[in-house]
Amino acid sequence: MLSAFTISQAHEALKSKKCSSEELVRACIGRVEAVDGTLNALVFKNFDAAVAKAKEVDKDGRFDLPLRGIPFLTKDVYCEEGVPTTACSNVLRHKEYRPPFDSTTIRRLKAQGAISIGKTNTDEFTMGASTETSCYGVTRNPWDTSRVAGGSSGGSAAGVAADECIFALGTDTGGSIRQPAGFCGVAGLRTTYGRTSRYGVMSMASSLDTIGPICKSIEDLAIVLQAIAGKDPLDGTTSAVPVPDYRAALTGDVKGLRIGLPKEYFIDGMNAEVEGAVRTAATVLEHLGATVTDISLPHTKYATPTYYILCPSEVSSNMARYDGVRYGHTVEKPKNLLDYYQRVRSEGFGPEVKRRIMIGTYALSAGYADAYYRQAQKVRTLIKRDFDEAFQEVDIILSPVSPTPAFTVGAHTDDPVAMYLEDVFLDGQVMAGIPALSVPCGFSKENLPIGLQIMGRQWDEGTILRAAYAYEQATEWHTRKPALG
Amino acid sequence: MPSLTPAQVRAVAKLARLNLTDAEVEKFATELTSILQYVDMLQEVDTTGVEATAQVTGLTNAFRDDEIAVHPHAKPDDLLATSPLPIVEHQIVTPSAHD
Repeated sequence: MLSAFTISQAHEALKSKKCSSEELVRACIGRVEAVDGTLNALVFKNFDAAVAKAKEVDKDGRFDLPLRGIPFLTKDVYCEEGVPTTACSNVLRHKEYRPPFDSTTIRRLKAQGAISIGKTNTDEFTMGASTETSCYGVTRNPWDTSRVAGGSSGGSAAGVAADECIFALGTDTGGSIRQPAGFCGVAGLRTTYGRTSRYGVMSMASSLDTIGPICKSIEDLAIVLQAIAGKDPLDGTTSAVPVPDYRAALTGDVKGLRIGLPKEYFIDGMNAEVEGAVRTAATVLEHLGATVTDISLPHTKYATPTYYILCPSEVSSNMARYDGVRYGHTVEKPKNLLDYYQRVRSEGFGPEVKRRIMIGTYALSAGYADAYYRQAQKVRTLIKRDFDEAFQEVDIILSPVSPTPAFTVGAHTDDPVAMYLEDVFLDGQVMAGIPALSVPCGFSKENLPIGLQIMGRQWDEGTILRAAYAYEQATEWHTRKPALG
Repeated sequence: MPSLTPAQVRAVAKLARLNLTDAEVEKFATELTSILQYVDMLQEVDTTGVEATAQVTGLTNAFRDDEIAVHPHAKPDDLLATSPLPIVEHQIVTPSAHD
């Protein structure tokens, strides 16, 4: 099945003329038609344009760049010229917002000749850990369709796991790439804050948002990162720190690499299968020549509450633009402008977006801002310091991605705080602005994937990719496929 | 422990430009209270003398040349065309701020 290719396999096949880009694109389309009625990973199918583009690429015949002719899916918060981009929210779906420009990342991928085949499901404006807040309904987990694919980039992770595409793009504000990648048994990378451009990607929390790839292999993460990383004049928070050759980091050699296991991420009562899989993964790397030591990140338990102050505060500001003026939902016969704003927003936003807007409005309001927002920003500093100190002693840190494998659809819908706790291992890295990835490290007795999280220093994606690649080459978890369709 | 009363929820919703039904007010009062009680553990952290972090990678200012910039990838009329409201002379006509 051509759609099961990794990027590097597809590139070899294209270069050696074993298949054409059109065949590759049509294989992904065929797969979507076979399985997406069950999964609901895609919210927009751009198939005709994709086939036309593939024909152009085939006619040109050059397959010099690693992404040329490779079909991909994009989370529905990336603006793509002329393509509906709704953040899976009724506030943009009702008038089907079609941006007149590409996000920088889409533009860079198109410049390489990669072929966009559609948009993927996400929690509304990326607010959630299950895609259940999407206005298009939940994405199902390819490994067990009674369970969620995770979120918010659940559509992208499920699409990659089910071979509906060769790779996909996601966003990670508080774990939204790593958690669904972990739940679906694929690889996902959260980049250092500012390593990739956020331009043209709908903001949730601007000081925390990052964009990155979800792929079938670690090498593929390196290939996509190479294509999208680097300074962007259109995003003032991107960095001029030089972009290294990420594939060159994939040596397979981890001799002398110092690994830390933070005791705060291995807590009493945690899922034994998850803990066992992660500890075994550390042993695998130890056998390959790395050293493993126990470390402490003392402020770990404050990361998620800090996130749920800072994120909603920024949400309350970022969501202000959805007022029915420049794009999106509109209403008839408003009494006045205030009435117009209120009706557009109340009809357009779902409950989780409203909750975050209100928590943020409250946390930033006069009299409360010092107690909530300022205090959270100070705790953020302490969390970052924990990581700075740990990275004096170790080169990478390992932990589980999630406390449990994928949960069942509906398990947390009536309990917002329970849903927030899904992020419990994923918010510290966000506070510290460091890169972290998710790589498959085992399966539960119920045959659900378990994810290993590997964290590194700011700007040091190369080292976490190197460790993940060595681990991946020594194990077989990434070769397993869900029995679907 | 902090809590939000229905009256406070209505006040916050007004600031946030949201209309809530009575049922929503009741539901959000319970849910927002549970969230505030969860995040309340931050109050126990001693942050005396700790600087706040707003930008995590140490970037300070990002300057560009002071030139009139034309958007490199989208034309003004194309950007205006996404508005659901009428356009007159390159401006969006919004509802009046007065009744």
